[in-house]
Amino acid sequence: MSIELRNITKQFGGVSAVNDVSFTVADGQLVALLGPSGCGKTTVLRMISGLEAPTAGDIFVRGKRVNDVPVQKRNIGFVFQGYALFRSMSVVDNIAFGLKIKRWPKAERAARVAELIELLDLNNLEQRLPHQLSGGQRQRVALARALAPKPDVLLLDEPFAAVDAKIRQELREMLVSLHHELNVTTIFVTHDQEEAMEVSNRIVIFDKGRLAQIGTPREVYEEPASEFVARFVGVMNVLDCEVRDGVARFGELEFQAHGTADGQRLRIGFRPYAVQVSNDLTAHRHRAVLRHTYFLGVLLRLELELPSGLIIRARMSKEEYARLNLAEGREVSLQIRQYRVLSREGESLPPEVSVTHSLSLSPGEGI
Amino acid sequence: MAAIPKRQLTAGQRKSQRGTEESPFVKWLLITVALLFSLVFLLLPLVNVFAQAFAKGFTVYWDALKHPNTLSAMKLTLLVTAICVPLNVLFGLAAAWAITKFEFRGKSLLVTLIDLPFSVSPVVAGLMFVVLFGLQGYFGEWLADREIRIIFAVPGIVLATLFVTFPFVARELIPIMQAAGSDQEQSALTLGANGWQTFWYVTLPSVKMGLLYGTILCIARCVGEFGAVSVVSGHITGKTDTVPLHVEKLYNEYQGAAAFAVASILALGALLTLGLKTWLEWREAKLEGLGQQAEAEVRP
Repeated sequence: MSIELRNITKQFGGVSAVNDVSFTVADGQLVALLGPSGCGKTTVLRMISGLEAPTAGDIFVRGKRVNDVPVQKRNIGFVFQGYALFRSMSVVDNIAFGLKIKRWPKAERAARVAELIELLDLNNLEQRLPHQLSGGQRQRVALARALAPKPDVLLLDEPFAAVDAKIRQELREMLVSLHHELNVTTIFVTHDQEEAMEVSNRIVIFDKGRLAQIGTPREVYEEPASEFVARFVGVMNVLDCEVRDGVARFGELEFQAHGTADGQRLRIGFRPYAVQVSNDLTAHRHRAVLRHTYFLGVLLRLELELPSGLIIRARMSKEEYARLNLAEGREVSLQIRQYRVLSREGESLPPEVSVTHSLSLSPGEGI
Repeated sequence: MAAIPKRQLTAGQRKSQRGTEESPFVKWLLITVALLFSLVFLLLPLVNVFAQAFAKGFTVYWDALKHPNTLSAMKLTLLVTAICVPLNVLFGLAAAWAITKFEFRGKSLLVTLIDLPFSVSPVVAGLMFVVLFGLQGYFGEWLADREIRIIFAVPGIVLATLFVTFPFVARELIPIMQAAGSDQEQSALTLGANGWQTFWYVTLPSVKMGLLYGTILCIARCVGEFGAVSVVSGHITGKTDTVPLHVEKLYNEYQGAAAFAVASILALGALLTLGLKTWLEWREAKLEGLGQQAEAEVRP
């Protein structure tokens, strides 16, 4: 195990920012710490770096407890959210700083800096000062500076938050390829679930200072451990249903609810891709009107309004949309192929309940 | 009454096309007032200092400057400046560092205390030292027993000047350090730097301009301070007279030309300081401009 957190708690003035968090990161992994702002993910990152000390719990790096090892001695590379480049130093001096402090011989230092300039495509910018660089270039300099002293772990705090969308995409790809090339254990913080899904090979999700789930992008998307994870990762339609005769109902929608007493409330969730839409009004049981279409590139997001006024979100490809000859205002029929029970009334979200395998609802069944 | 609508009409006609601009009349009125005021109250007296200094010819001017009492006053002023400026640069750095990088009880009190010399009249500041260290003061007897002279001697002048010039460096640095935050320092820590290395390589270079600026203001005040020094100095000619005190003494002794000759040195110093300050500001603006230009040029 490369990094292990055991029962880590951090309090700021009596308020818990991080609460009893434990997880491990294996050598060479690229891990995302994901969660809404204020969930404690940055604090966790800073505790791993040594910039912040945990109130309780232990941090291990390669099996060695590092709680009392100062930040300077942890051999980590840290990329700050605002890059925190040294404003009065050129690109080269920024990158060489860690090497100078660690007293690398001059020739080796120069060779290492040249290597990183090449690796991060910073040619011809060597003598620039940080304020003479664009956002993307600053980010690459920050990465080069953090990587220069060959850290055991690379930590990045919201690394792509401050650049525009196009550069962000480039930087994401760069981080993935860098990680592939250097194979350095990397942990980055993000509030953007899409980013976490795309970049990392494991995601640690936080909710209000607690660990909500840890898993591969696919696991957290397909088998969310809680309603919070289900709703935070990806888009989900969530309905607060009431159970009658073993069926959970919301408006005209009905879902199987075996073993649930009448009158109980049940939260049902389903992903947009699970909504099947047809232009043949007799193909599926429910009718709806296509209110809005959002073009997201290859995929389109549809907002469908049911007769009861309930609006649900669906997703389909551009080709499918064209094939079905859809347009805003057109009437369609739909069915929900997969859904998930998110929570039962009176129960405090035990994972067992929410991990229930999604039941498919075949047409006509239980209706 | 009939004239009013007419005037409104003309004002309306003359009104600039741009909504954010004042009418040309208001604009030129304000500019004229500002220029006239600066001319009469700032430039004219300054020119007059030099005119008066040379009124009785260059020889009188030169004689006044090379008079032993003038030279001794200059020496004392330089000595006091040489002691006070480095000390206040150190104090200022330490105070600004403490205020911007640490959270502690009494922080706001410290901020207020730093401003105290700005709000207290220099004469009162001088009197405070007399009350403390003068013969009838709290420590007077104790000091007298050990034959340590503070009041009416150089140490008193240094203390009074230190007090009066304390805020300049700190006041200049605090906003810069606050704006910079501690990200750069934390970066240095993660790269293995210790506290001293972080300060030397990261913090100091990033506040360099503000530090220079504060130091210049501090020097100017050290050289020019009159009130506080006047109270503690004792006006012993050739011994405890600084340049400003010497100017006043010459003037009171009806040696107008000599007084203005020495004053012209102070004025010259002030002009130099002003020039240096303007140059620093210009350089900073240019660097900033270069940065923005480069940012516009660089490929994303």
